[in-house]
Amino acid sequence: MIEIKDLHKSYHMGSNSLHVLKGINFNVKEGELVAIMGSSGSGKSTLLNILGMLDEADSGAYFLDAIPIKNLNEKIAARYRNKFLGFIFQSFNLITYKNALDNVAMPLYYQGIKRKERSEKAMHYLEKVGLGDWATHLPNELSGGQKQRVAIARAMASEPKVLLADEPTGALDTKTSYEVMELIQGINDEGKTILIVTHEDDIAHMTKRVVNLKDGVIIDDTLVEQVRATANV
Amino acid sequence: MFDIERWQEIFDTIRKNKLRTFLTGLSVASGIFILVILLGVGQGMQNGISQEFEDDASNSIWVWTRPTSVEYKGLNPGRFFNMTNEDYGFIYKKNEEFIEYQSSRVRIWNAIASFEKESGNYRIEGVFPDFQFIENETMVAGRFINQQDVIEKGKIAIIGNKIKNDLFKKDIDPIGKYIRLNDITFKVVGVYSDKGGEREEERIFVPSTAAQQVFNRGQNINNLSYTLKPEKDFQTAVAKSEEFVASMTSYLKTKHIIAPSDERAIGVNNSLEQAKRFYDLMFMIKAFFWWVGVCTIIAGVVGVSNIMLIIVKERTKEIGIRKALGALPVSIIGMILHEAIFVTAIAGCTGLIFGLLLLEMLGPMIETDFISNPSVNFNVALTTVFILIFAGAVAGFFPAWRAARIKPIVALRDE
Repeated sequence: MIEIKDLHKSYHMGSNSLHVLKGINFNVKEGELVAIMGSSGSGKSTLLNILGMLDEADSGAYFLDAIPIKNLNEKIAARYRNKFLGFIFQSFNLITYKNALDNVAMPLYYQGIKRKERSEKAMHYLEKVGLGDWATHLPNELSGGQKQRVAIARAMASEPKVLLADEPTGALDTKTSYEVMELIQGINDEGKTILIVTHEDDIAHMTKRVVNLKDGVIIDDTLVEQVRATANV
Repeated sequence: MFDIERWQEIFDTIRKNKLRTFLTGLSVASGIFILVILLGVGQGMQNGISQEFEDDASNSIWVWTRPTSVEYKGLNPGRFFNMTNEDYGFIYKKNEEFIEYQSSRVRIWNAIASFEKESGNYRIEGVFPDFQFIENETMVAGRFINQQDVIEKGKIAIIGNKIKNDLFKKDIDPIGKYIRLNDITFKVVGVYSDKGGEREEERIFVPSTAAQQVFNRGQNINNLSYTLKPEKDFQTAVAKSEEFVASMTSYLKTKHIIAPSDERAIGVNNSLEQAKRFYDLMFMIKAFFWWVGVCTIIAGVVGVSNIMLIIVKERTKEIGIRKALGALPVSIIGMILHEAIFVTAIAGCTGLIFGLLLLEMLGPMIETDFISNPSVNFNVALTTVFILIFAGAVAGFFPAWRAARIKPIVALRDE
């Protein structure tokens, strides 16, 4: 599903150049649930941004579902993001003046789906994350865990090939974190490919594979025994 | 433009951001409102001043005599002199090319006019047929003096509406009746009305030749009046009229032995020159109003631009989210501009309507000589609305464009 070869990325700040990714080689098969771990500054977020086409690598190859992702202009990047990827952010990034249902329907709007069908689909995903009753609530009327679940529903609404989650539990307490992870595991069980960036060991161990990043290179890539989130709650 | 989904999206945004929308709208609406009021008052002043000139043909020239004021060729100052039929004929011959209508005038002040038992004190003026057009008299009944009357020295009279009401009973048609003017019988052949009001209608017109003969004026005339042929523009008309006045006064001064430096002896009222002064003043006033109006619009545009900048800044994160969810840059720009144009259009029209309503309501209540019927050319007002909308769109475009180009990660980082 995801194929990365010799990926390099540096940031330039004035005269200083910061080499963040120093040759990453990395493959993800369909249906995998992968945790990308590493201390801050290890380049894990940069890697996720490149995977999410929010940022571009300096060199190296990136294939998403066998499609080469390179030389993207804004237009194509936007279309690919909409079609292939679903994002889950640490700070949820819901649109504050839209209710839960409209937030979930947003990616569908950009797919050019009509309003009625959009609402039905969005409702379906909201119910899937257990928030059907909260459809008309604004984000600030929801708890952190609920917000993240709305965000997950939104990420899934466009039926992407891959879900990318950047510290999805970073802003949540342990109990809510586990609830969110349970949801993510459930989605993965249905066959969706999911990548999670995290620095929490327990969260990482709820995935099926842990990739460790340090100073821009992968130092460790192991399959792990998945801990079901329900067991911890 | 007619993408229903886009409209729904925009109405959503507007509904959820009422204050922001209201403030944007307010600055636009007030700008247009003020402009409409200013232009309306400007137009009102123009109307008022134009009306002041309406009762006489606005390119008329009047000439009369006064005692001389400068000693010349052994003649003392303070000498009276009279213009004559000869002067009238000669001026016409010399300036035929300029003249549209002409008439000399013989005036008999305080003549007593009577019909049966009624009588009154009026002014008799001996004039030529053209005088009707110089004074803009409207015939209510009958006819004005014609060339035949002048040649035959016919004892006929054209009376003002007021005189008709004074002398004749309501049910009597004055046409064909004989009235006595200073005990000489004249036949009434016409009744006129004058926009100048009753004062202007207290005159009785008789043929110039008849007046001179009947009232013992010989060849003398009291004054001359002319209107000049229309010119293609105002400046030429003013220049021509000045040329005509100069030629005429220099002739009269030579003929009647008056010092060239004597400014008093010959009185000239060139209404065109007066009009020019008023028109210049009016132009200045209008220009000033326009200037203030344009400044108001500029202030409005700056206001709209400011608000657009703030809106875009405020929505940076939202834009980042939308882009991460697959929004095209074009759709981001479109969304912001669409909203801006929609809001300015509605607000602009609201301001326009309020301004026009106020003018409509207050306009008729303002009654001074210098402001009348203040109104605005609807097209001008509408054009300004469009300019404002366009300016708002341009002002909104650059921030929107920049926002659409921000990388989503940068926008999302923005807390």
